Amino acid sequence: MGILSYGVKVTEESRMEDKISENWKRTLKRRAILREVVLQCILILLGVSFLLPFLWMISTSLKSNEQIFTFPPVWIPNPVVWSNYPKALEYFPFFRFLANTLYITIFNVIAAILVPSFVAYGFARIKWPGRDILFLILLSTMMVPGQVTMIPVFVMFKNLGWVGTFKPLIIPAFFGGGAFAIFLMRQFFMTIPQELVDAAKVDGCSHLYIYWRIMLPLSKPAIATLGVFAFIGSWRDFLGPLIYLQDERQYTLAIGLRYFLTQHGAEWSYLMAASTIVSIPMVVAFFLAQRTFIQGITFTGIKG
Amino acid sequence: MTRLEKGELRWGIFFILPWLLGLIIFTAYPIVMSFYYSFTDYSIVQEPFWVGLDNYKTLIRIDAIFWKSLENTFYMLGLGLPLSLIAGLLLAILLNMKVKGMAIHRTIFYLPSILPEVATAILWVWLFNPQYGLVNAILSWFGINGPGWLADPTWAKPALILMGLWGVGGGMIIYLASLQDVPQELYEAAELDGARGWQKMVHITLPMISPVIFFNLIMGIIGTFQFSVQTFVATGGGPAYSTMFYGLYLYYNAFQWWKMGYASAMAWILFLITLLMTILIFKTSAGWVYYHTESK
Repeated sequence: MGILSYGVKVTEESRMEDKISENWKRTLKRRAILREVVLQCILILLGVSFLLPFLWMISTSLKSNEQIFTFPPVWIPNPVVWSNYPKALEYFPFFRFLANTLYITIFNVIAAILVPSFVAYGFARIKWPGRDILFLILLSTMMVPGQVTMIPVFVMFKNLGWVGTFKPLIIPAFFGGGAFAIFLMRQFFMTIPQELVDAAKVDGCSHLYIYWRIMLPLSKPAIATLGVFAFIGSWRDFLGPLIYLQDERQYTLAIGLRYFLTQHGAEWSYLMAASTIVSIPMVVAFFLAQRTFIQGITFTGIKG
Repeated sequence: MTRLEKGELRWGIFFILPWLLGLIIFTAYPIVMSFYYSFTDYSIVQEPFWVGLDNYKTLIRIDAIFWKSLENTFYMLGLGLPLSLIAGLLLAILLNMKVKGMAIHRTIFYLPSILPEVATAILWVWLFNPQYGLVNAILSWFGINGPGWLADPTWAKPALILMGLWGVGGGMIIYLASLQDVPQELYEAAELDGARGWQKMVHITLPMISPVIFFNLIMGIIGTFQFSVQTFVATGGGPAYSTMFYGLYLYYNAFQWWKMGYASAMAWILFLITLLMTILIFKTSAGWVYYHTESK
């Protein structure tokens, strides 16, 4: 501190100052370490309690029946019964349910990639009378409880002869793709600089061209987020398949898993193995798309 | 209207057309029909038969399960919802601090909320198993003889609340996003004025994220009235109707007993209740929700 500015002549006072600041720094450092230790302890303790159900699920899925029904419970399976997994897959027609789930999921992802961005362009980038009122209506539809529309929509599909097919689980996604997704895309389009659009307009490009060639390439992260949301959404969807699918052969994994529970109630090793398998794609999707995922949520972060 | 304006109008309609059709087919028309069905006796197999206010009268005057389901739902609104809102907020505040390995911590708390609800429900049925489940095993370490949880009418709802708390990550991540948006300058200015940790929390953090708390509260209320996959799978409404919630009872009426008119009347009562609660909260929100005006 003092050394450079005062040259050779170092006063007692400045030495004292150095000493105090040294002590102060040490206290601060000690405090920072203490804070880190306390916070880590809290986080690890809470984290472990959040992880326990996971570990219990995997542990049970690898146990033999004798080890499942013991008290106090055993954590490490001995022997490790890997064969629970192939057996669980046989127990309920896993691959058929998987194929059904993937079929529905793929169409929903395609719809989520194409439709909300298309609609959002009309709300974000074209000025026309009535636009803002319709956008308000769009936002207010988020407040309508699903139960109100659920029954007449079912009746409609019933009259079309679509109940018992995958159509009711796929086709609605192509009609707008949901207020939330449109809202997210609109917010994203609003951030793209107007100059890019103006330049294209001067060149005589149509809105379709601007949407396809300028907007879409620039909004890949937002569209990817919607795609991942749609994947997770239709993979997890339960009520839709529960209402519309009647033949067991059409079941998705989500309702297939419940069917498994009602058929083989107490066989916990198989049930846990099946639950683990159905859960894994969600975990993988999360890790693969972690960045777009968090960004997407942050972005929507309800900033109107 | 000039030719250019007309052209823009056409383009606008062209782009929003998929949504506009969806609005008419899947929202507007169903709302009207649902209202009509609520005054009819309708089993799908036969044409709707007009019964006037009978469905509403039966619900309010006779149907004891309807009242039970309302009571159960309000139990969750009064206990489960505040708990999950507070837990989500506290967790987000904790996860917003600068500590090593934060990405891992956040992932651990977030992951349970994206697992398929069926899988988590089945897992928790097993965790809550009175004899061999992990929950009662842990309680026994502390010398507590755990209850029958999902099989016990007094403990089934608390068990479902506990189950819901495991999935608190979904609300947490929204809080976290908004916490990261609080301008650092505010904290720095407060520190210069000598504000302590909790003062910064009360006077800066909470007001700044109050719109998000408000949002989560409204969404939580609407969500509590919805069909819950976890309840359906874990208890199916039992034991002794102790977990028969509004959304679940509505589902049974509509899709198990095919009482479409009756279920539609329930849907409209639900709509009315959530609307009233939302308006009430909006009215009080001026007192506790802080909106900073952005200049655009």
